[in-house]
Amino acid sequence: MLNNFTFGQFFPGQSVIHRLDPRSKLVCTILYLVLLFVVNTWIGFALCAVYMAVVIAVSKIPVSNVLRGVKPILPIMAITALLNLFFIDGTRVVEWGFFHISWEGIVFAIKMIIRLSILIVGTSMLTYTTSPIALTDGMEKGLRPLQKIHLPVHEVTMMMSIALRFIPTLVEETNKIMSAQKARGADFESGGLIRRAKALVPILIPLFISAFRRAEELALAMECRCYRGGEGRTRLRQLSYHWQDGIAYLSMVLLFAVGVALNFLLPNI
Amino acid sequence: MIQLKDVSYVYSPKTPFEKTALDHINLTIGDGEFIGVIGHTGSGKSTLIQHLNGLLRPTQGQVLLDGKDIWEEKKNLRQVRFQVGLVFQYPEYQLFEETVEKDIAFGPTNMGLSPDEIKHRVQRAMEMVELPASYLEHSPFDLSGGQKRRVAIAGVIAMEPRVLILDEPTAGLDPRGRDLILQMIAHYRKATGSTVLLVSHSMEDVARYCEKVLVMNQAKVFAFDPVEQVFSRWQELEQMGLDVPQITLLFQHLEQRGYHISSHKIYTVPYGAQKLLEYLNRPGGKGDTDAE
Repeated sequence: MLNNFTFGQFFPGQSVIHRLDPRSKLVCTILYLVLLFVVNTWIGFALCAVYMAVVIAVSKIPVSNVLRGVKPILPIMAITALLNLFFIDGTRVVEWGFFHISWEGIVFAIKMIIRLSILIVGTSMLTYTTSPIALTDGMEKGLRPLQKIHLPVHEVTMMMSIALRFIPTLVEETNKIMSAQKARGADFESGGLIRRAKALVPILIPLFISAFRRAEELALAMECRCYRGGEGRTRLRQLSYHWQDGIAYLSMVLLFAVGVALNFLLPNI
Repeated sequence: MIQLKDVSYVYSPKTPFEKTALDHINLTIGDGEFIGVIGHTGSGKSTLIQHLNGLLRPTQGQVLLDGKDIWEEKKNLRQVRFQVGLVFQYPEYQLFEETVEKDIAFGPTNMGLSPDEIKHRVQRAMEMVELPASYLEHSPFDLSGGQKRRVAIAGVIAMEPRVLILDEPTAGLDPRGRDLILQMIAHYRKATGSTVLLVSHSMEDVARYCEKVLVMNQAKVFAFDPVEQVFSRWQELEQMGLDVPQITLLFQHLEQRGYHISSHKIYTVPYGAQKLLEYLNRPGGKGDTDAE
């Protein structure tokens, strides 16, 4: 059931994308996400898709893997699209009692699907090509200015890296508990919604208990190694920008500018 | 009878993490056998046992229970799991119910048995794992580690499977808890005549309880033979990072130095002690010990 859990998993490699500074990848991804919601033209979407296709090609991540990451989100996309389909008013195409579908609704729903799928691919490319440690390192350094306003940047990023670090562990644990309960005849695949929700209890309770146990053990292990927060802490990996990062920023800013400009220049294409 | 025909299993195929865990396994497990499964970490033991009750689907090959492919009809998989009970490593981490009774009843309830039958089975399972009936109303989380483990094992035993598979049931227990669990398993087998597979890192335990040994090495079956035959290949086992019972090794070394104590191989301490006494007490026995 959880074997297709690939969204947000690091995929080791040696490509240029992998070796970019995590800060560049973070900032570019954020810009890209914003852009996806600003763009409203078909040609703009096409440009965004081409940009991501180039990133995927350069990073040498198998396309099948990238697409598999979209699969778990399909139900959410379907619901979003359906809601948009029915609740946007305009030129009515189909009318059926209380329900009606408008031309604008159809267009909006299609755009939403495109937007969401590119969004998922884009964000998962960040986590595919960046190890969780690099990601939080980048976050910590990138957010450092916020320390001036007394935001505990180190603590927050430490919590994030611990959370990221434990995702695979918990997935593995969940699989193990599921197998064990299946061995006792538990059935997760049949029955209605309520029965299925109830079937999760034998998984969730052991999972929570083990998560708390792990948290306690980890806290103890950190204290044993004299961890006391970010103050005066030095880093093993020093981050620095290279020319490749310049290209990444430049291409993203260009894409952003073109995407926004197209909204005004060619709003109907 | 469980048969594996040319079974292979690959984890995360077509990714950098791809790993062959089972490599063309052929195996026949007869009814009523007591089999020890040994092999170093990552040799494919755990993957193998998860194929026997259909938790993992072979990438290639067939798993047959009484001659029928268990994957032929997916609906029957649950029936297979009731017949082939699997106790995972550290099974106490799967306890979830409010009371011991409800937790043990989880399996039998899934089987769709009548409330009376479920009650009987829970009681029988409690007796089998030697927990007093007064524990039935306790929360499983209030018990000690060893007791929790026994409750978890009882949860599988209560389904009364024909084949019982246990993945390192004694890991992390003290010697007393270990003996208790192993005796419990031996007792279950005697009382029900079921097949038992015991995954273990303790060669002593395997030698003491099992009749046959299945040795896994690098995703392949290295040997599947009676205990004597397997442990007589001790040099090969040691090369694999496994060993043979200490007592066997001791007698092996004595043999090499010219003490012919027993014509049979020795795997347990009591038997070894007996043979040694016989050797020392035989007429003129002491004259043979020049090497001292």
